[in-house]
Amino acid sequence: MYRYDEFDAKFVSERTEQFRNQANRRLKGELTEDEFRPLRLMNGLYLQLHAYMLRVAIPYGTLSSRQMNQLAMIAEKYDKGYAHFTTRQNIQYNWIKLEETADILQALADVEMHAIQTSGNCIRNVTTDQWAGAAADEIADPRPVGELIRQWSSLHPEFSFLPRKFKIALTGAPTDRAAVKVHDIGLRLHKNAKGEIGWEVMVGGGQGRTPMIAVTVRDFLPQFELISYLEAILRVYNLYGRRDNKFKARIKILVHEIGAEKFKDEVEAEYAKHPAQQTQVEQAELARIATYFAVPEFEKLPRLSKSFEGARLAHPDFKRWTKNNLAAHARDGYAIVNISLKPEGGIPGDTTATQMRVIADLAKRYSFDELRVTHAQNIVLAHVRLDDIYAVWQKLVEHDLAAANLGLAGDIIACPGLDYCSLATARSIPIAQAISRKFADIDMQENYGALKINISGCINACGHHHVGHIGILGLDKNGEEFYQITLGGSSSENASIGKILGPGFAAHEVPDAIENILNTYVKLREGKSEDFLTAYRRLGAKPFKEALYATA
Amino acid sequence: MTTQEKGQVMTANRLGDGEVVFLTRAGTWSEKIDEAALAQEPQALAAIEARAAEDVKANLITGQYLFNATRIDGLIRADHIRERIRTLGPSVRFDLGKQAEGKAGAFAAVES
Ligand code: SF4
Repeated sequence: MYRYDEFDAKFVSERTEQFRNQANRRLKGELTEDEFRPLRLMNGLYLQLHAYMLRVAIPYGTLSSRQMNQLAMIAEKYDKGYAHFTTRQNIQYNWIKLEETADILQALADVEMHAIQTSGNCIRNVTTDQWAGAAADEIADPRPVGELIRQWSSLHPEFSFLPRKFKIALTGAPTDRAAVKVHDIGLRLHKNAKGEIGWEVMVGGGQGRTPMIAVTVRDFLPQFELISYLEAILRVYNLYGRRDNKFKARIKILVHEIGAEKFKDEVEAEYAKHPAQQTQVEQAELARIATYFAVPEFEKLPRLSKSFEGARLAHPDFKRWTKNNLAAHARDGYAIVNISLKPEGGIPGDTTATQMRVIADLAKRYSFDELRVTHAQNIVLAHVRLDDIYAVWQKLVEHDLAAANLGLAGDIIACPGLDYCSLATARSIPIAQAISRKFADIDMQENYGALKINISGCINACGHHHVGHIGILGLDKNGEEFYQITLGGSSSENASIGKILGPGFAAHEVPDAIENILNTYVKLREGKSEDFLTAYRRLGAKPFKEALYATA
Repeated sequence: MTTQEKGQVMTANRLGDGEVVFLTRAGTWSEKIDEAALAQEPQALAAIEARAAEDVKANLITGQYLFNATRIDGLIRADHIRERIRTLGPSVRFDLGKQAEGKAGAFAAVES
């Protein structure tokens, strides 16, 4: 799994000491807030609605049990016993004291973690599939390439002053779990008829105020030409991207304004000037980095496990959870366990220190000491033996971590909203809780089938509402919260941006509106195999609009 | 008969621990909104703004701003939900924040 190299470790410990010094000078008044603010933001410390908030980076969303235990310790010692996993695969603490922040940063550095925020208009973090290196449908583990891109970009002077921040996501599987089409650059691995692998390169996606789906500029780029090709894209962006207006500076606007064809031509022309000469270097680098993501020592196991099947027969609740929360592993005898952080009526992504320790312990005992945080605010144990899954589940049940709702109506993604966030225009969490309670019955959720409900508390879209099958955006109308509903969004390989259905709703009306939408879908679907998104794409917005606004 | 007075309250976060605080008539910072000064006249407003600016310089507080509020029968209600949430704590965790520590404002985030 991902670990620091020596360079990173030294850098982080220097930064921690530097911050201690800066915080002390701020507390003594030697630094003004204007001088200090950029320093604390760089170190992940924000001033939020109730207190300071510390955002801790989790590279590739991956944690060891030691790291997770340390996060639990911090929650207990320096916060109020819990923390929040975000849609950016980070963890946030909501009640942090400036006076204690340097100690927390030191505690993080002790386990090779940090809260340093990549800021500025450079290439930000590279993100990937939470099932990377485990999923049965994967062509190759994308993480080494992700790390190659990160290391290449963080050392590249030419790309430290882009017109705007830049995010790259990649997937090594045909099923896109990394939302690559809503990133500045998205990369998807393909295998051609000859069995060679190469990258589909997509550019110009994004969320936020101006959501857009990326366009494909190359269908199949040979594997080791990637870095050279990315350079060509970034050069074109550097040259033509707007620097006069922050809201128009992202590459999505450029692609949109000059058109996908023209953009593609520009990139190809630039690429032709510097064709990939350094493919051997890239190959060697990749081999070096791959050792950081070494394949765990899997046992050779039979495909089926008698004890697992026996437990499924004996315990209907367990059976249901295995049906909804397990995913197929590339190795026989293993499965991917998805721990839902969305209990009935819970706060999406919030986890107590005790729960963190339980998960850390399970990861240590049953999943090669590794766990992953997902952008859906859940946790993955990527490599669990089928023989062990019943024991894992029993432990999860004990600690309210066994919600059998992965990918269903109860698995709601929500940003902190107005309960915590100082930028919010409305609350997100109570809406998520009300919907979760309304659809508490898992039979009902299974009947509604695969569903992504996403809630954001303002236009910044941290809850990714644009790509929710059902998206909910909280806004402020004359001091009252109201909520806009969008339908038909998706961040998968068939990505789309949701469309606003009609006038917004008051908070208390939202759960009924969602039920109305879902019942309309059930009535009109072509059998249970047609999921909500597919039905919506076939039917369009009309029947949903009619159902929702006719009675009003 | 209820009495209602409209005005503005100065709020900030305490520098060291981030706690939400309100400026009182005595020129100190209180964790409770009901102890806040409700400025109604331009002079009073200017005075609390000046006081806050000084206390920023004195490293007591940070992130100061004014918000609209109404004193209802002696208790202060922030006009906007955002500020009411700041006088209470998260509306989804009654066990946390001012509402759990005996420092809450008297008015709910939303009236049900
Ligand atoms: S979407 Fe808005 S309210 Fe939600 S976390 Fe992001 S900035 Fe805050």
